[in-house]
Amino acid sequence: MIDEIRAVVREHGRLAVSVETLADTADLYQAGMTSHASVNLMLALEDRFGVEFPERMLRRRTFESLAAIRDAIAELSAANARAS
Amino acid sequence: MPGRLSVGVDLVRVRDVARSLEQFGERYVARLFTSAEADYCGRGTPAAASRFAARFAAKEATLKALRSADGAMDWRNIEVRRDAAGWCEVVLHGSAAELAERNGVTALSLSMSHEADYATAVVIAMGAFDTKGSESDD
Repeated sequence: MIDEIRAVVREHGRLAVSVETLADTADLYQAGMTSHASVNLMLALEDRFGVEFPERMLRRRTFESLAAIRDAIAELSAANARAS
Repeated sequence: MPGRLSVGVDLVRVRDVARSLEQFGERYVARLFTSAEADYCGRGTPAAASRFAARFAAKEATLKALRSADGAMDWRNIEVRRDAAGWCEVVLHGSAAELAERNGVTALSLSMSHEADYATAVVIAMGAFDTKGSESDD
């Protein structure tokens, strides 16, 4: 899943560095992602993974690293699976 | 006890917002802006992207002024409202209003500006903030 997330970040994160050089836990904001870019990233992740980030996840740390995003999507996907 | 001032500022590139409007359309608008904000900003007009950009900057500046500390926040809970004379103010709802109450905020003042390339907003909050230090520069 990390590779898919990395591809979405590459397209929408508008980082100042190549996402390929970043560790899974590297801080995306420190890598140049703006708050507005994080909105685009959120919408693109919702499209890619078929989830919707609820208000409780609309916070900086949800999108601060590839690993944090993976954990958030895994949690939302599991909730979707339980609901269906 | 006299109140303390807290200031927040944000800068947004208008073309980034124009690109988001083009790419995500109504979904982008609906996740970030109230229906009244969206109605004022319009759709597909030359001014729309600048107006949306200024309002996004205002929401981010408000979060900084309120010293959000990464609390969860729906952007629509921070609304820019424009009066008949054209002055704009920040109106808080839900989690944003709760955060303001926790910080003893008694007043907010907003100023926005935009040029062709960039939009910016400054928000000053009067409150009972109990921490010192600088905000994030993001």
